[in-house]
Amino acid sequence: MAAKFDTPELFENIAVIDPPPKYEEGAMAHSRPFVAKPAHNEGIGYPGELVDNWEEKAVTRLGELVDGSRALRTFLDSCVKCGACTDKCHYFLGTKDPKNMPVARQDLLRSIYRRYYTFAGKHFPKLVGARDMDKSVLDEWYSYFHQCSQCRRCSVFCPYGIDTAEISMAAREIMDSVGLGQKYCNEILAKVHVVGNNLGLPEPALADTLEGLEEDVEEDTGVAIRFPLDVKGADVLLITPSADFFAEPHIDGLIGYAKVFHQAGISWTLSSYASEAANFSMFIGSGDNLKKVAMRIRDAAIDLGVKRIIVGECGHAWRVAYSFWNTLAGPFDFLDPKYPAPQHIVEFTYDLIQRGALNLDKEANDHRRITFHDSCNVARASRMGDMPGGQFILPREVIKAAANNFFDMAPETIHENTFCCGGGGGLLTDDLMELRVKGAMPRMQALKQVVDDHDVNTLVAICAICKTQFAKTLPYYNNPMSMITSLHHVVGDAIQLGTKE
Amino acid sequence: MMLSVIYAILFYAATLLLIVGVGRKIAIYARTPAPLKIPTTPAPITKAGVVWRMTKEVTVFQSLFKSNKWTWLFGWVFHVALALVLLRHLRYFQEPVWTVVALIQPFGKYAAFAMLAGLAGLWARRFLVDRVRYITNLSDHLMLALLVAIGISGLGIKFVSHTDIVSLKAFVQGLMYFDLQPLPSDGFLLVHLTLVLILMVVFPISKLLHVPGLFFMPTRNQVDNPREVRHTAGWTAE
Repeated sequence: MAAKFDTPELFENIAVIDPPPKYEEGAMAHSRPFVAKPAHNEGIGYPGELVDNWEEKAVTRLGELVDGSRALRTFLDSCVKCGACTDKCHYFLGTKDPKNMPVARQDLLRSIYRRYYTFAGKHFPKLVGARDMDKSVLDEWYSYFHQCSQCRRCSVFCPYGIDTAEISMAAREIMDSVGLGQKYCNEILAKVHVVGNNLGLPEPALADTLEGLEEDVEEDTGVAIRFPLDVKGADVLLITPSADFFAEPHIDGLIGYAKVFHQAGISWTLSSYASEAANFSMFIGSGDNLKKVAMRIRDAAIDLGVKRIIVGECGHAWRVAYSFWNTLAGPFDFLDPKYPAPQHIVEFTYDLIQRGALNLDKEANDHRRITFHDSCNVARASRMGDMPGGQFILPREVIKAAANNFFDMAPETIHENTFCCGGGGGLLTDDLMELRVKGAMPRMQALKQVVDDHDVNTLVAICAICKTQFAKTLPYYNNPMSMITSLHHVVGDAIQLGTKE
Repeated sequence: MMLSVIYAILFYAATLLLIVGVGRKIAIYARTPAPLKIPTTPAPITKAGVVWRMTKEVTVFQSLFKSNKWTWLFGWVFHVALALVLLRHLRYFQEPVWTVVALIQPFGKYAAFAMLAGLAGLWARRFLVDRVRYITNLSDHLMLALLVAIGISGLGIKFVSHTDIVSLKAFVQGLMYFDLQPLPSDGFLLVHLTLVLILMVVFPISKLLHVPGLFFMPTRNQVDNPREVRHTAGWTAE
């Protein structure tokens, strides 16, 4: 396990640490996630181990990626090193390592692009910071491209919109293509291809879990609420992160969705074939895998004959669903055209509330003093509703419809300025605990302010990764683990069962 | 006359390199597919909205303003002043001179000072802000040095040792109509022109590619409508 480290110190009465810290060279150079075993890499179509001539192959792969991505090409060419992004990354703010400044992270790859693919870098490498591809570069890539959660905060502040997420995805794809993969992402992705979800939970186990859940909820509420699996002809196929089936506080969210479906009287089902909203292929920049996992959902929807697809609380999954599904697995012309395809569970619940289809008792949540964490992939890479920024409005409106006490964190730390939880982008693994705790610091600083000022005791999120990450890191900053919960936990607690149906 | 011939050849060569170099890059950017929808959201949901977003980025550097007020101030002042200075220089290429170009002459004259002030601010940040110092390459200093030297030599012509601008204009017009005229051989002018030649040649192989690049960034120029319109390009269209 990771060596001991110090949790960053938080300050009184501020939302963001200003001025930003002085950098400490090499502060996180030791951070490296476990390397994938050959079986993990091969399971998702990559060589098992570092190949011969990997230097040459890595450079060739880089060229192919640049040729295939306008984003990557313009991002690598256009940076003027203005420094606007340098104090925007939560990992830089939390670790002080200068290679965690977005532009410095990009330069780890840009230096290779320049050396092999630009006039200046070929002929004057020293002048423009170009360097040869060698083992030290690969080691640095492995370390620092696994210190980026692909949250896109830098891209909001870049005068050109250069998105470090795209660059770190490309770097991971190059490393995978020469046989150097990260265990956490690749092992999980291999499971999805075989079993259908990140946990490797097969159909009988999933059916068991859901049955147990039905019994628990009936015991709790006295109402028979269904958690249907593989029901042909249901109206809605719910695609949700598999963490919702067993993890705390995720499962309370799943119970909340079920209560919403129950009261609205809309038939729904989960799929054992596509029992996973997450698609870690995005984290490793793998187009082939991204498409393959997305196709499972299309196939399940056709197979079950549903009219709508709704996606549960998960940040990157919503990005993939909202932004990429239509491209990768569309067109969804077999679904009911009255509804957006896909739809977010928050959009669904919000519409029901607007129509008065849910009876919510706000007082049921009076013991909660709530703040909301905007998950990065929802905030900066997708939308909800029919207007720009709906992804900020809808979840807050749903919370306010279900609870009386809501307090936003400081404006520079929410909406598109939100700070990542510190565990996104394929970094939610125990072998990166130091990075995760330090990367959570900016969010924890903003949270501390509303805790101090408004006695906030509940942090609501709509992302499986955020929930797990906060459950783990909140205690490091002297907050109870139970502070984090699902948005649909709050909704579920407020629903007055038996009053509508 | 020898000098005039040499400079004429250099200007033709530099112009060719600039146009071909930047044109080639623009063609490559346009040809390279954007396989996925990746606008940084919240993003406009209509094409008109995207035009408005880009207009704000290009004219008032909206994102940079949000990001860092000092960098915005120096950067914006530099770019606006540079635009005025470039407009002012159009008079050498026009006969008769456009009214708008004539009107901005008095402002353009002093814009050079604003341009230098902006550059000085940007350069100072490369030394004084530890994070910016860390990410600065030698080429970043050289680019600033080149622009500052162009500004100073230009001011030298205007305020220290006047050149014969009537002859200069004749030389420039001569270049345009392939009718070579003598170039005044003043020190400041020759330095100024030489540095401009270097800038033209360096443009397509340097970070100055942010000028065309900016317009092609999918994070800024894509419409946020992936559910409504099925987007495919490159590997997603195969």
